[in-house]
Order: sequence, then C-alpha cells, then structure tokens
Amino acid sequence: MSYEAIVIGSSAGGLKALKIIFDNLNQSFTTPIIIAQHTSSRSESYLATFLNQDSHLTIKEAESGEKILRSHVYIAPPNFHLLVEEDFTMNLTVDEKVNYSRPSIDILFETAALAYKNQLIGIILTGANNDGAFGIKQINSFGGLTIAQSPESAEVPIMPQAAINTGCIDKIITLEEIAELISSICN
Amino acid sequence: MSLIEHKINIQNNELEFFLEIIFRVFGYDFRNYNKAHVKRRILHRINNLELQSISQLQHKVLYEEGYFDMILRDLSINVTEMFRDPGFYKSMREEVIPILRTYPYIKIWHAGCATGEEVYSFAILLQEEGLYERAQIYATDFNPVVLEVAKKAIYPVQKIKDYTLNYQESGGKNLFSEYYVARYDSVIFDQSLKKNIVFAEHNLVTDSVFAEVNLIICRNVLIYFNKELQNKVISLFTESLIKGGFLGLGSKENLMFTDVFNQYQVIDSKEKIYKKIVTSLK
Ligand SMILES: C[S@@+](CC[C@H](N)C(=O)[O-])C[C@H]1O[C@@H](n2cnc3c(N)ncnc32)[C@H](O)[C@@H]1O
Repeated sequence: MSYEAIVIGSSAGGLKALKIIFDNLNQSFTTPIIIAQHTSSRSESYLATFLNQDSHLTIKEAESGEKILRSHVYIAPPNFHLLVEEDFTMNLTVDEKVNYSRPSIDILFETAALAYKNQLIGIILTGANNDGAFGIKQINSFGGLTIAQSPESAEVPIMPQAAINTGCIDKIITLEEIAELISSICN
Repeated sequence: MSLIEHKINIQNNELEFFLEIIFRVFGYDFRNYNKAHVKRRILHRINNLELQSISQLQHKVLYEEGYFDMILRDLSINVTEMFRDPGFYKSMREEVIPILRTYPYIKIWHAGCATGEEVYSFAILLQEEGLYERAQIYATDFNPVVLEVAKKAIYPVQKIKDYTLNYQESGGKNLFSEYYVARYDSVIFDQSLKKNIVFAEHNLVTDSVFAEVNLIICRNVLIYFNKELQNKVISLFTESLIKGGFLGLGSKENLMFTDVFNQYQVIDSKEKIYKKIVTSLK
C-alpha cells in the first residue's frame, strides 16, 4: 500500500510530542503531513515556526485554497477548522467548535478520509479530550492506516485512549516508533 | 456530535444533483461553495436524521416542512462574535476612520452579518469616533432567521466576558458595559446603536449590487466559497465601492489571488483591509 498523506491530531502536550516525531523522521521522508493541534483561540500561531527550525521539511500554517505538496507539513491555524478537499487542496472554516475544539481533529480526519480513502495514515497523539475518535473511525472505514500514541507513553493519555476505544486503531506505539514506522512505510 | 459511524457516503454527482435541486426549487445557490464543507455538513445531517441516503434527504427537503430551513442552517454557518479579531477593529480605527471622516456622509455595508454582533461592534466604534451620526449602515445576510436575531440586539450574557476582552483589545475608549443592559441571562444593546442600521436579506451569489458605499465589511463568508465564486463576489464588491472606498475581509481571506487585485491598494495586509483605487467602469 502506498500512502499519499498523513494526518495528525494532538492536544495537551502535543507540541513536545510533535517535535519528537519530526526529530526522528528519516531525511528522505517526503509524504505530506497535515496537523490539527488544539490551541487556545486567543493564541497566535507559533507552532509552525517552532517545528520548522531544524526540519528538512517545509512546515507552515495552512492557507485556504492551498494545494497539498510533498515535503510539506501543514498546520491548522488557531481558531479555524482545516478541511481537505477531494482535489487535494485545503480549506478553512469558522464553523462552531467540535468537541470544544477549533481546529477539530475530527473535521480534519473525516474530510481527509474522503479525499485520500485508503491512502491515508491517521495518527492520534497526547491530549485531554476525545476529539479525533470519530475521525479515526472514518479513516478506518475507508481502509486507511490508524495509529495511536501508546497511552502510557503519552503526556495525557485520554485522547489516544479514546481513539483506541473505538476499536479502529491498527497500531499503538510510542512517538519514536511512530516516526520510524512512517519513515519506513512512506519510503 | 454523535460518534455513530457514517454508514453511507455520498457520490459527488449525487451531491451536485442535490445542490442543483436546492437552487432550482429554493433559489439558494450552494453549487460553488467549498465541497468538503458542504459534503461534511450534508453527511452529518443525513446521519443525524438517521436516513440512508442523500435521495431520502432530498425527498424530505422537497416535500416536508422545515427540512429546507435545516439545510440552510447547516450550510450557512452563522458563527460570529463581537469585535472578532480585535486587531481588525484597531486597524479600522487607525487607518480607515481618519479617511472616512473627510466625507460629510458615509455608507457602510456589512455583507454576511449573521446575528449582528459584527454590525453592533462597528456601530460602537463609529459612535466613539463621532462618525455614527453621518453613517448609513446596511447589514445583510441571506439567512432571514439570523437577521431577525440581529434586529433584536439581544445576546447571551455568558459571552460578554470574551466580548469585553475583545473590545478592550480593539482600542475601545469606554467601558464596554456602557453599551448594554443585562437582564436575566441576556444582554440588550443600546437602542442608539440601531438607529442608522438597516437589516435586509441579500444573497451574495444570486443578488446584484446593493448600493454605492464607502466601506464594505465582509468577513468569514468568502472563506466558504470556491475561487470562482470568490472572484464573482469580489467583483460585486468592487462595483459597489466608490473610488477610494475600503474593503475589509476576514483574517484568512485575501484579495491577493483574485482578478481585481490590481484595482486595490493594501492598507493592512495582516488585517486584510484594502482600498479601491480605480473608478468603477459603469
Ligand atoms: C461565519 S458567518 C460570519 C459572520 C461575521 N461576518 C463574522 O465574521 O463574524 C458567515 C455568514 O455569511 C452568511 N452567508 C453565507 N453565504 C451567503 C450568501 N451567499 N449571501 C449572503 N450571506 C451569506 C451566512 O448566513 C452567515 O451568517
């Protein structure tokens, strides 16, 4: 199976977790990654700058209408939902919060599942609510690969646990193992 | 939102057919709204009503009362707040108000005003800058239900804390509490803010130029439209603005890639405030 894109959802503790994944990615990794990280609605966006520092990938905030490219990582801007279109562009909305969150991981995952079908990997990392669980089910029902950070290795286990509880998670592994796995299967 | 898995999927041609029917029968044209958004909303609605297919939904929308209103609500996203993006209002105060001040009479159009929070926010700003008395404000939306709410200027009290913070950050000159009275779990905004506002139904996709105005504020509406429709609506705005008039968009909307970009000067690239520098062709 070849995977065309990866979506990641993270919440409390997500910054550190994402950093670990990016630090451990293989230099030849080029599959596009799209991230919904929960932030407070009043926060300015700094995640992209923070992660971009020493990565071989271009890590940026997603813009509406932007095309999804290889070697790029896109991050949902604070206070906007990020949706993937079936022509592999992205759009933003200001719809009401979902699971108390904007961006919502579910919205990213369910639209990405519709666009990429079984060529998608969905990853749920540390967090304190259950956003993403519904999205994981959608990815799974289209035959995509689903991964949860192992709850005991997560700063806050609730979110990966909620994803695991759906019964739709294929792999439960640590951050380092996630980096290793996606590096090898996306090569 | 429920965690029940979507058992159905919608084929793109089915969705297009559904939107075509909606347009023909009800006159609302969603055909050029962003697809992922529309599809997700419709899927959730089908799921929520425990239907099996989009054709079942279509049947209900056509033959049963209340269902079209539901779809209109699903697709029109009326989420809004007062002084949303305080920096926008600050920039308006600093960059746009001084120029509007040079006109004896000004017309302002809020397009896609939802439940009115943005309109009253700007009315407060105009009062504080001493421009309210010479302003005629048009506030339009294509959803009649939200316009009724907007006309009342009554909002839930729980939101006031956030709005007060926004107001202060936006450069507000007074105490925010001077503009409303709290009653039970609601706040009612001052009647004097309403005096020069006309609320009216207007559909940006299917209706034509509304008026000739000095300032158009249309925030977080174009974000739902595809490129083609964005261009069409921006052209409508360009026609409606006087030369030297201003256009304020939402923080993730942009004139940069539209057909008319060269007809505008960027006033504030972060807050998406533009000034029209050419004369209308008409
Ligand atoms: C997300 S709200 C934005 C409200 C406000 N401008 C703000 O930024 O807070 C979008 C509004 O646009 C309206 N809208 C969507 N399509 C429209 C159209 N074709 N014509 C007029 N209004 C439309 C919706 O009904 C909704 O109230």
